[in-house]
Amino acid sequence: MPAEPYIVNIGPQHPSTHGVFRMRVALDGERIVDADMVMGYLHRSMEKLAEERTYTQNIPFTDRTDYLSAMNSNLAYCLAVEKLAGVEVPERAQVLRVIFAELQRIASHSMALGTFVNDCGAWQTPLMYMFRERERILDLFEMTCGARLTVNYMRIGGVSFDVPDEFMPAALSIVGELPQRIAEYEEMLLENEIILARARGIGVLTADQAINASASGPILRASGVAWDIRKADPYAAYNQFEFDIPVGTHGDCYDRFAVRMAEVRQSVRILEQALDVLPEGPVNVGLPLAMRPEPGEAYARIESPRGELGFYLVSDGGPAPYRFHIRSPSYINLTAMKDLVVGLSVADSIVILGSIDIVVGEVDR
Amino acid sequence: MTKLFGGRELAARLAEQFPDLTLSSEEQYIVVPPADIEPIARFLRDDPQLDFKFLISVTAVDWLEYFEVVYHLQSLSKNHTAVVKTLTTDHDMPIVPSVVPVWQGAQLQEREIYDLMGIRFDGHPDMRRIFLWDGFPGHPLRKDFLSLPSGLQPGLQQFPRESVPEQSQ
Repeated sequence: MPAEPYIVNIGPQHPSTHGVFRMRVALDGERIVDADMVMGYLHRSMEKLAEERTYTQNIPFTDRTDYLSAMNSNLAYCLAVEKLAGVEVPERAQVLRVIFAELQRIASHSMALGTFVNDCGAWQTPLMYMFRERERILDLFEMTCGARLTVNYMRIGGVSFDVPDEFMPAALSIVGELPQRIAEYEEMLLENEIILARARGIGVLTADQAINASASGPILRASGVAWDIRKADPYAAYNQFEFDIPVGTHGDCYDRFAVRMAEVRQSVRILEQALDVLPEGPVNVGLPLAMRPEPGEAYARIESPRGELGFYLVSDGGPAPYRFHIRSPSYINLTAMKDLVVGLSVADSIVILGSIDIVVGEVDR
Repeated sequence: MTKLFGGRELAARLAEQFPDLTLSSEEQYIVVPPADIEPIARFLRDDPQLDFKFLISVTAVDWLEYFEVVYHLQSLSKNHTAVVKTLTTDHDMPIVPSVVPVWQGAQLQEREIYDLMGIRFDGHPDMRRIFLWDGFPGHPLRKDFLSLPSGLQPGLQQFPRESVPEQSQ
């Protein structure tokens, strides 16, 4: 007698779904036969709200999409408005943007690595180590712009504040210590029995599958595609700095984890160079708070810690965007999720979700 | 640096392949008829010179009489992008063929457009709402959603501290 599939809801209130995200899986015994992503619990309709506010008033919204990398969201949005309105950004602001985007990438990847290890079953200790690094980076944000998480730091035409005097010594000390810390983590985690057993060979995404499913960021690179927008389509001051694109070979959960670990090293490399060359000069062109760009459209994108983050703006000549669309990497990376989990067990699906590293604020917007 | 594959160049390339096609092109993008979107998408993906294997994003814009569906495409090997648009003829029940058979990456994005803009994608394997619940009245990203009585628009017409040149009455 054929058995009916057994339906299990993973989430929405479950620590392994990293927010209010729900995965509805149909099980045949232990094996997942079908999966459905249920989202929208954190949908705040930002795209509609943004149509009623000026271009500058919209910057704080972008903090609240990907709240683990608010600097990057700010930057992508400001780049789009600058492209739309034809604004030139001063050199010092360009390098400051790179510094803060890379600091944020380290903070965000620390979180991703820590929670992924948590999902694998190495409970809490590595996460607390990662928080140590993240905490000090957030201190740098706090001393510069007063906020730690929702920073609202980038402005159209530059950044909001110049760095204070105490910033440089603190930043240099963190960047100086990081290589040793990363070596510690690599030693502790990359050959860790728990992670190898849980993540190797699980959730394999081939290069063609990843491209066809529009996966971006570490997911795409773990599948062996050396695609990084910082290199391919440089923005801010990235073309001045040298760094490599780490890629994986198998495209499994372990490779995604290892690629993120290697990216932290590359971010440190960029930071060392950027802190060294930071030029003097103004940090903002001082635009009026409200502006009316010419009618037209612009799409600008960056390599956020989670992948290609883009903003598509349409102007009708008014003070607010006519259309404000976020191309959110967390959301689009979930496209391949169903194909990855079918055939595996519930425990594996948790590891796969952790390796994709979603932020639900950005999935639902 | 990524190069934009301009609308004029792309239109010339498509005209060779599809002689009967009625398309218009601008400097930045091309506009193709909705009925032909799937074969065009397939050609853009498979042609070795264009090689648009990566669909960056699909989104829609409400222009009150019609909708505009915007596809941003990327070639990873050639490092160029292109923008393709298609216009729906109808505003109440717009239908556009789905590009999911060509790019799987459109799957969640087309569901999002259906949910928020109300454009139905014909041929999509799972055309359901995604963020809002079934039975939600209307599609909130449409410009006429929650329009106020007597033609008033929500929000301010002019924002504080905005400098606008004086206009003649």
